[in-house]
Amino acid sequence: MSASPANPRQELPAGSAALLEVRALAKRFGAVEVLKDISLNIASGEFLTLLGESGSGKTTLLRLIAGFDEPSSGEIWMSGERLDLLPPYKRRVNTVFQNYALFPHLSARDNVAYGLRVKKVPANELSGRIGDALRMVKMQDFAGYRPSKLSGGQQQRIALARALVNRPQLLLLDEPLSALDANLRKQMQSELKSLQREIGVAFLFVTHDQEEAMALSDRIALLRDGALEQVAAPREIYAQPATAYTAEFIGQTNLLRGEIRGGIVTCGALRWPLDQADGPVIFSLRPEAIRICADGKPQTSEAKFRASVRQQFYGGSSELLEVDCGSAQTLRVRIPAHGPLTGEHDFVFSLCDAIRVRE
Amino acid sequence: MRRSPLLALYAAFVFAFIYLPIVVLVLYSFNRDGVGGFPPRHFTLRWYTELFADSAIWDSLLNSLMVAGASVALSLALGLLAALALDRTDFPGKTLFRRLVLLPLILPGIITGLSLLMFAVFAGVQLSLITVLLGHATALVSVATTELFAGLQKLDRVQEEASLDLGATPWQTFWRVTLPNLRLSLIAAGLLIFTLSTDEIAVTFFLIGRDNTLPLEIWARLRRGITPEINAISALILVVSVGLIVIWYHLRARSLGSGSQELL
Amino acid sequence: MYSRAYKSLVSIPPIAWVGAFLLLPYALMFVHSLWAVREGVIVHQWNWENYKTLFTNALYAEVLLRTMRIAASVTLCSILLGYPLAYYLAFHAGARKELLYQLVIVPLWVSYLVRGYAWKTILGSDGVLNGFLQYLHLTHEPVGFFLYSPFAVVLMLTHIYTPFVFLPIYAALEHIPRPLLEASEDLGAGSVQTFWRVILPLSMPGLLAGATFAFVLSLGDFLAPLLVGGPSGTMIANVVQSLFGAAFDWPLGAAISVGILVITISLLFLSELLEKRWAFK
Repeated sequence: MSASPANPRQELPAGSAALLEVRALAKRFGAVEVLKDISLNIASGEFLTLLGESGSGKTTLLRLIAGFDEPSSGEIWMSGERLDLLPPYKRRVNTVFQNYALFPHLSARDNVAYGLRVKKVPANELSGRIGDALRMVKMQDFAGYRPSKLSGGQQQRIALARALVNRPQLLLLDEPLSALDANLRKQMQSELKSLQREIGVAFLFVTHDQEEAMALSDRIALLRDGALEQVAAPREIYAQPATAYTAEFIGQTNLLRGEIRGGIVTCGALRWPLDQADGPVIFSLRPEAIRICADGKPQTSEAKFRASVRQQFYGGSSELLEVDCGSAQTLRVRIPAHGPLTGEHDFVFSLCDAIRVRE
Repeated sequence: MRRSPLLALYAAFVFAFIYLPIVVLVLYSFNRDGVGGFPPRHFTLRWYTELFADSAIWDSLLNSLMVAGASVALSLALGLLAALALDRTDFPGKTLFRRLVLLPLILPGIITGLSLLMFAVFAGVQLSLITVLLGHATALVSVATTELFAGLQKLDRVQEEASLDLGATPWQTFWRVTLPNLRLSLIAAGLLIFTLSTDEIAVTFFLIGRDNTLPLEIWARLRRGITPEINAISALILVVSVGLIVIWYHLRARSLGSGSQELL
Repeated sequence: MYSRAYKSLVSIPPIAWVGAFLLLPYALMFVHSLWAVREGVIVHQWNWENYKTLFTNALYAEVLLRTMRIAASVTLCSILLGYPLAYYLAFHAGARKELLYQLVIVPLWVSYLVRGYAWKTILGSDGVLNGFLQYLHLTHEPVGFFLYSPFAVVLMLTHIYTPFVFLPIYAALEHIPRPLLEASEDLGAGSVQTFWRVILPLSMPGLLAGATFAFVLSLGDFLAPLLVGGPSGTMIANVVQSLFGAAFDWPLGAAISVGILVITISLLFLSELLEKRWAFK
C-alpha cells in the first residue's frame, strides 16, 4: 500500500492569483521530521485553513511562513520574491498569536500602534489608521485600557487590530479562538469571516477543530504527520474525501473495508455492483447517506442491507443509530427524528454515496 | 537561538572580571616570593604549612564554627516561625513586621551592628561571642524566613487538609506533613546561613569581644601587613564556601523546582 | 484551619524577636543621637546639636557627597556589567544557560573579605597589576592611584555588587514571555527596537531592585574604604565607625547612623513605589 503522494492535487479558487507559494518545504528538529515536502499555494484574498491534530505540523508551517523558524529545505515565495530569506520584521506578513501576546506595558491603542511606530509612520496618519483599526474590531471605546484589564475576547480583537493595521498581504492566525468559551467562539468565528470578506486580506488560519475549518474556509489544507493529506474546498473535502483519514477526520463516516471480485463489492454484510478492477477497497459512507428502507425494494442505484438497532442517540432534529449488520460489523446511521426504534430493519443507501478512498 | 559575538565577548569579559581576582589570589597563595609582582615564580606550599601551624587562626575558626552552628539553629527556628506566621496568620502590623524581618538583608551591616551594640550597652551585656551570635541571628533570620516562606508557598495546602481529615491533630500534621516537605528548604537555608555567618564581618565588627571569629582574625592580621599566609587561608575559605554554595544551589533547585531564580 | 493557639505560637516569638532586636535597638540609636559628649563621657543631655552639626559641618557634607558619588558609580558600573550579562544569559546562552547562571551565583555568596583582600593584593604598588604592566613594559613605575583611592573602592564594590545586580535583572528577563518578542518582530521591529520598546521596559522592576540594593549597601559600606580606600577614599560609614572608636562621640555617630537609616528606608520606599508603577501584571 503506497503512502499518499507528497502533494495532493490542488486547485486555487477560480480566477485568483497565487499570493504565497510554499515549495517543497521541509523542517527537521534534530532527528524528527516535523514537516515533509510541503507544497501549497495561497491565493490573495483567500481564507485558507491549516487543519490537523496536534503534532501534525500545522503550527510549524505557520511559524516558517511568519519567519520564527528556518526551513530545513525548500522555499517560500510571496508576490514573486523569496520570503524565507527575510527576517520576520521585513516580511509583509503579520501574526495573531495563540495567547495574543499583547504587550502588558502598553495600552490597547499603543499595542495597535506598535507596528506603525516602529516603521515611523507620521503622527497624523498614525491616529487615523489606529482609529480605523479599532473601529473595525469594535474596540474603539477600550483604547486606553491595559491588556490585563481586558477580557479574553477583547484581547483577541486588539491582537487582530494590531496585526491588521499594518496592512499585511497575508495574515497568520495561530488557533486564535481556542482559548475562548464555546459561545464566544461561535460569535468570533462569524466576525472573523465577515471581517476577512470585508478587507479582502488573505488569511492563513490554523486550527484542530474541523467544524470551525469547514465553517470559515474557502479551502482547507488537511495536514497529517507533517504531510498534506488533502487540499480542497470544504464542500469538496466533505463529499469527496481522498483518504480514509480525511473521511474520518472531517465529519463522521463509516469506513467500509472489503474487496471487489468480478464486479461486485463485498464489505462485510454489504454487497453492491461496481465495475472496477478486482482488489481490496475502502469506502467512506456518511451516516446521513443511509436511510431506513420503507418499502423493502431498493432502486437499481441503491444497495440494501438488514441490521438490528443496538443503540439510539437522540439529537433533537436527528437520531444517530448504531446498527449491527452481523459478524461484528457495526455501522452508524443518521436519520431524521423518528421515535424509539428496536429490532431489525432494512437500510438502504445510494451507490454514489459510497466514496472510494485510499488508505 | 540568536548569535551575537560582540555580546558573547562582553559577557566573557564580565565573567573574567568576576573571577580573575579570585584566581589571582589562589595562584599567589602558592608563590614563594610573596603577594605582589608578576609573574609568580617558585611554587611552594610553605604558606599553607605556616597556616596549619598558626594556632590563633584555628582558635578563631573554631569560634566561627560555633557561632555559625548556633546561628543556623537560632535563625532556622525563628525563621520557620516567622515564615509560618507570614504564610498563615493575619494580625495588625503584619506588613510592618514583614518589612522589619526583611530589613537587615538590605541594610548596611554597620547599622545593624551599631544598633545592637547600643542595645548591648543598654542591657549591660558584655561583648563576646554571645553578642556576635545574637548579631548574626538578627541579620540572618531574614535569609531563613525568605527561603522557608518560598518553601511553604510550594507546599500544597491540600496535603495538610488531608492529614487533618484523616484524624491527625495540627501538631501531628506539622511534624508528619509540613516539616518533611520543608526538609530541603531547611537544609538549603541552613547551608546558606552557615556560609554567611562564617564570612560575616560588618555586624561582627561592632559586637566582638575578646574572642575573634575567623574573618576578624584575618582582618586584624591585615592591619599589620599582607602576607601570603592570608592568601592561603582565603583560598581555603574560598574552596569550602564554593562547595557549600554549589550544594545549596542544587538543593534549592530540587526543593523549589525550576524557575526559582529569585534573589533569595 | 489554624487555631488561635497555633497562630499565637508561630507569631509571638518572631514578633518578640523583631521588637527586641530590631525595633528597640533602632529606637536606642535614635535616643543616643539626642545626647551629647562632655569631656569624654556620654551625658544624657537632650539636644538636637548632633543633627545641626550634620547639616552645617562642611567636612561631613564633603564625605557624604563623596560617598554618594561612589555609591552612584558602583551602581552604574554594576548595571553596565550586570545587565548585558543577564541579557546574554537570558537570550543568547542556549543550553549553557544553567551552568553559566551557577557560575555567576557562586561568587556572590563567597566571602566579602576574601574578594576585597584579593583586590588589595592586585592593586598595590607592589601588586599584581603593577607587576603585570611592568612585565609587559607598558609602564616603568608603579601606578599610584590604583590603590588607596576612591577608584579602588568603586572597583572593589563593583566587583562585589555586579552579581547582586545581575540576579533580579536576569529573573525579570526570564519572565518576559517569548511570544512577546516574536510579536514585536512580527510587527516589524528588529533586535534593537525590540530591546528598547519591549525588553527594557519589562525588565525595569528587576533593574530597579538590583540598583537599589547596590546603591544602599555601597552607601553604608565601611570595610572597602578601610581595605583599599586610603584617606582619600573614606566614606560616611567610616566616619561613624571612628566616632564609635577612637574619636569617641557616640551621640554624633548615632545621629549619622540615623541619617543613613533614614536615607536607606526612603530609597527603599521610593524604589518600591516605582517598581509597583512599572510592574505590568
